[in-house]
Amino acid sequence: MLVTGHKMDNTINTSRLERFLDSDIWHSFKQNPVAIVAFVVTVVMLLGAGFAPWLAPHDPFDMVAIDIMDSSLPPMWMVDGDPRFMLGTDDQGRDILSTIMYGSRISLIVGFSAVIFSMVVGITLGLVSGYVGGKTDAFIMRVADIQLSFPSILIALLIDGVARGIFPSNLHEELSIYVLIFAIGISGWVQYARTVRGSTLVEKNKEYVQAARVIGIRPGTILRRHVLPNVMGPVMVIATIHLAVAVITEATLSFLGVGVSPTTPSLGTLIRIGNEYLFSGEWWITIFPGAALLILVLAVNLLGDWLRDALNPKLR
Amino acid sequence: MDLLNINGLEIEFPSRHGTVKAVKGVSLTVQPGEVLGVVGESGAGKSTIGNAVIGLLEAPGRVSGGEIFLNGEQINNLSDEGIRKIRGRRIGMIFQDPLTSLDPLQTIEQQLVETIELHLKLGAAKSFERAVDLLRQVGIPDPENRIKHYPHQFSGGMRQRVVIALALCAEPEVIIADEPTTALDVSIQAQILELMRRLCKDKQVGMLIITHDMGVIAEITDRVAVMYRGDLVEEGTTAKILGDPDHPYTKSLISAVPRPDVRLHRFPMVDYIEKEEDRKKTMDISTHWLGQARDFDAVEGPLVSVENLVMKFVAKEALLKRNRKFFTAVDGISFDIKQGEVFGLVGESGSGKSTVARMICGLYTPASGAVNFGDTDLTKIKSEKEMDYYRRQMQMIFQDPFSSLNGRMKVMDIVAEPIRFHKLASSNAEVESIVLDLLEHVGLGRQAALRFPHEFSGGQRQRISIARALATRPRFLICDEPTSALDVSIQAQILNLLKDLQEELGLTMLFISHDLPVIRQMCDRVGVMRAGKLEEVSETEALFTNPTATYTQELLALMPRLDTLSHEGLEVEGA
Repeated sequence: MLVTGHKMDNTINTSRLERFLDSDIWHSFKQNPVAIVAFVVTVVMLLGAGFAPWLAPHDPFDMVAIDIMDSSLPPMWMVDGDPRFMLGTDDQGRDILSTIMYGSRISLIVGFSAVIFSMVVGITLGLVSGYVGGKTDAFIMRVADIQLSFPSILIALLIDGVARGIFPSNLHEELSIYVLIFAIGISGWVQYARTVRGSTLVEKNKEYVQAARVIGIRPGTILRRHVLPNVMGPVMVIATIHLAVAVITEATLSFLGVGVSPTTPSLGTLIRIGNEYLFSGEWWITIFPGAALLILVLAVNLLGDWLRDALNPKLR
Repeated sequence: MDLLNINGLEIEFPSRHGTVKAVKGVSLTVQPGEVLGVVGESGAGKSTIGNAVIGLLEAPGRVSGGEIFLNGEQINNLSDEGIRKIRGRRIGMIFQDPLTSLDPLQTIEQQLVETIELHLKLGAAKSFERAVDLLRQVGIPDPENRIKHYPHQFSGGMRQRVVIALALCAEPEVIIADEPTTALDVSIQAQILELMRRLCKDKQVGMLIITHDMGVIAEITDRVAVMYRGDLVEEGTTAKILGDPDHPYTKSLISAVPRPDVRLHRFPMVDYIEKEEDRKKTMDISTHWLGQARDFDAVEGPLVSVENLVMKFVAKEALLKRNRKFFTAVDGISFDIKQGEVFGLVGESGSGKSTVARMICGLYTPASGAVNFGDTDLTKIKSEKEMDYYRRQMQMIFQDPFSSLNGRMKVMDIVAEPIRFHKLASSNAEVESIVLDLLEHVGLGRQAALRFPHEFSGGQRQRISIARALATRPRFLICDEPTSALDVSIQAQILNLLKDLQEELGLTMLFISHDLPVIRQMCDRVGVMRAGKLEEVSETEALFTNPTATYTQELLALMPRLDTLSHEGLEVEGA
């Protein structure tokens, strides 16, 4: 009561922005150099990937512009380097920097979509499980336990394999990205469901939920309007860290050759292609996409760690 | 020389919103064998003083001025090591919650003997002897055996006695007790206070007791210091402060204490802390939406009556139904609530009174029995649609103002939700104007609608809860301990508001409380509950003057005696 006092007189009509600028989250962000650097790096990489067609120095898909004479050039600061290709070229003469930008685009699209898919499935099941309780809860949570006993990469591989079996091979090329999103997404819902279920168990016994029940509000609306907004904090933390995991999983699957089709460059396929040339001295083909992946995942992870600490009242 | 001398103490908490001065130049003294009470409401800075004396200020708080002397020796500028030697050894501490102030993994013997060996440098045998002796002094029966037990094997009151023994074991000169009885039931509170007072006199220890409770002050202290927002507003002997206070805040505080002995018409002078926005008396309820004739069936006889209500909770889950163990929280209760009446339910914690309320409003489904609203048995209704008609007629106000409002919604949406759900207004503009009127009517300003719940104090939040409950235009209101989480002056305001609304709107009310004086102020008839059963139902005044059940007589005997309190400005009902 003492602390809230100062707000009472001046801020009656605050906008969302003003409230954000006054929030503890923003304050904690400003004081954390690691979070700021991680945020800047993430944004730069997102922009680089998102605006690749306009920002990239070359178009790696433009067959006309690719010259086989430029193949396997080292980065520009090395002896045989060409200033046109800052990070060198691959075996077909494509600019590594440009392929990384285009490639991380696919990786991020897959990552974000998979996270959103996981969130929708996990949050819904978690809310239902926590609120309804009883047998429904037991069933959903046992399914979650069973899934947790498999490594998620295996589940993704399994789904990918099944999809290959079901769809004809011509369709498979087109669908591979959706299959990948589904495979990564379905292997990650358990964490959301468990977290949301836990928070829901706490929230549903709070008096504001009971007040809504006394008014007569139906369970669906209570979950959507009252419980959901109050359990989103920890979900955002998981989502951030999950994004990094999803990008890595995509890269792993693509590296293994079961991810996106080889003609679409993602960070995983780039690393795989480069891997074949690693021992013939052309290390840049695989090292730079690898480094890009590392930096992206590290930045997103650090951001997630910071968010977790900032939202945790015990650590404040 | 004073035993404990606090001189011009200033404590501040720097934060990014600016520095909060929690204590502003407070001077206090404690003599040997004296009990000094520090009383005040939340945010007054009373606990902060106690923590500062023992060097346990929570970061980032710091002493920014003044001195603290223990027997002439300055202790507020000692190193961590220096203050650690004083803490426990020369200043003993008793905290609020006996559940958390003992180590659950160690026996009482381990905790006591270790502390004695450490501080008094006695041998093991001598220490043990002393520990047993201490337990005997604090009234633990059979101390030789009980000392081998773990904390969870003691009841709450016994545990607090052990905590007191622990505080005394190093023969401290001063004891600081921070809300020592707040976590205990009334019956145990009286014994503990008596014990503390006796030990203090016998051992000539000075005691600083920090509390919000005037009952505790009246029972145990010699002198009282009244704090308000970091200032010491008044200090004097207990008789003087309680019987003839000078400062307007003290007067206001004392007038807000619910009296066990008389029924007041309203609590006077309670707006010292939190001024109500002017409640516009100009609003004519009979023509306003809130007071408009409602489409409810007329009811003959009692509005609500419960018959043989039973509630069982599963205590031990099992696959087979017959192997399940149940705990009967409510065991065959029947009572009627007449139209326009305020019916009270009173009982100690765990007596099942809240469970009854939850069964009436449909949050729990009773194991058996009937809840009749008018002539309809609500437990027989299957369809949600049909139930909505009754839900609209009864609403509930909850205990905890901090969890009863959804923090993610604006006050406008919180109060509008029932109106929108039950389609009680035709347009959004109408809904909003109704909400604004309601907020104004419960003593909040219209601007409140645009804010979020966390921007309000506990009392203001409870007003929002009341506005939300009124938004369905109910004729039956259930109040489940509506003020037990609030400061006493705020409690008085909320009780006044509920009384006014009840009269104005002709509401029927079920009022649940563990606090007998509050029940006396609010209710027309009272039911006394104990262990799931109804012991007695009678008119309020008859219950207080002439209780029939032995349990009621016991409860009444344990109420803190506050007859020394000033009667200035009180309007006693019927007098």
